[in-house]
Amino acid sequence: MLDDEVAGLAEWLRRVTVVVRSGRHSAGAGVVWRRDGLIVTNAHVAASGPVEVRLADSRVFPGRVVRRDESRDLAVIATNARGLAAAEPADGARPGQLVVAVGHPLGLAHAVALGVVHAVPAAGPSPLDRLLRMDLRLAPGNSGGPVADTAGRVLGVSTLIVNGLAHAIPSAAIARFLGEADTHRAA
Amino acid sequence: MTSSSPAAGVLSALSDDLSGAVAQAARSVVAVHARRRIPSSGIAWRPGIIVASNGTISREEEITLTLPDGASAAATLAGRDATTDIAVLRTDAELRAVDRGDAATLLAGKLVLAVARPGTSVTASMGVVSAVDGEWRTWHGGRIDRFIRLDISIYDGYSGSALVEAGGRVLGMNSSRLARSLALAIPGSTIDRVVDQVVATGGVTRGYLGIASQPVRLPEALRRTHNLGAGLGLVVVALEPDGPAEQAGVMLGDILVGLDGKPVGDPIELLAALGPERVGRALELRVLRGGQLVGVSITVGRRSEGRR
Repeated sequence: MLDDEVAGLAEWLRRVTVVVRSGRHSAGAGVVWRRDGLIVTNAHVAASGPVEVRLADSRVFPGRVVRRDESRDLAVIATNARGLAAAEPADGARPGQLVVAVGHPLGLAHAVALGVVHAVPAAGPSPLDRLLRMDLRLAPGNSGGPVADTAGRVLGVSTLIVNGLAHAIPSAAIARFLGEADTHRAA
Repeated sequence: MTSSSPAAGVLSALSDDLSGAVAQAARSVVAVHARRRIPSSGIAWRPGIIVASNGTISREEEITLTLPDGASAAATLAGRDATTDIAVLRTDAELRAVDRGDAATLLAGKLVLAVARPGTSVTASMGVVSAVDGEWRTWHGGRIDRFIRLDISIYDGYSGSALVEAGGRVLGMNSSRLARSLALAIPGSTIDRVVDQVVATGGVTRGYLGIASQPVRLPEALRRTHNLGAGLGLVVVALEPDGPAEQAGVMLGDILVGLDGKPVGDPIELLAALGPERVGRALELRVLRGGQLVGVSITVGRRSEGRR
């Protein structure tokens, strides 16, 4: 049944979604990007310095912001958690396809929202054009949480709401950011 | 990871249907550049004919389109009808006209999409038909064949976007400009009627009287004396020189209380009586003038909107 499938999808997505607490900021969300405990979130969720990461199974780990870029609103947190269920990133979103987002809107942990892709990233005059736009009801606290297709593949990370329209950083942009982070570390 | 991810059969099929419907409709949805800032949406309704939301067309010349393939094309305004919020444009661009569905059988609860193009990229929003009803009049007096209200989020480009069913067929055009800012849709049959009229005559013809009026509450004594049940009338606040009403002897300050034998107390009722079929025919008014009821017969004039 359709509703069971939405519930199953939400359950799967919850496993890769964490709560990120950072300084005086209110809690935001993050996505387990790698099994070795690497978390991706928004720069506006994770300030520099020590952060606290709570997994879906309620275990809490201290985290360290290892890279942060405010212009892209991305941050990477390293934790000592190992063997985690990690997101499977995907690209190629199509307008109108169903998407599911998980986050902590207004402090409600691991809440689920269902909607459709409004517009796909494009080259345009505004930096917002390069984001994935979604017809989906999000609220503060969703920031940093995953947006996935119906197979549970993560299309992006929620970042902001403009005129009621939810925006996510596409997975390709996150992959580029992580690639640069690796290069940076190697050098 | 992949092995434990959910196998979403029905959900994925629905998602593919929705994105497929958007892709199908998007081939016939263009961006219309006829106002400052954000362009509006238009629908390739017939070969060479684009329909758009009248309220989003703020200039009547130098209109351009952004086509689904990203190319630009010129368009001209063929005619516009503010009463139904439909503007009709012509273009030489080769566009695929929409695959039409039938809005006459639409039921509340149906899953629908709004497919827009407020720029180069197509946008989609999902919602449901929240209410349907029969024919209705807009606040400008336009006749819309079916009342269709959507539960859907209104983003840039909603007015002029295509109302699309999950199978990809287009049922009508969306507009948030017909009644306050409700998410409404204009059924295809109404669009056809306006397009037919514009193509045939170069504009949308409406009857007109050459008056401006506003509702007033009638004094209790007058109401009782003349047995005027509703207690409302329309006071004439402006008269067009040599217009049909002035020629028929209507005077400033007259209060309209009857129209073809029926009471009248709302300007919409007056507009509703001025459809294209009334042009050249007589309209029988009952008017309060100096406390007396007077009958006035007006020959309805013709007003064309659009190309002049």
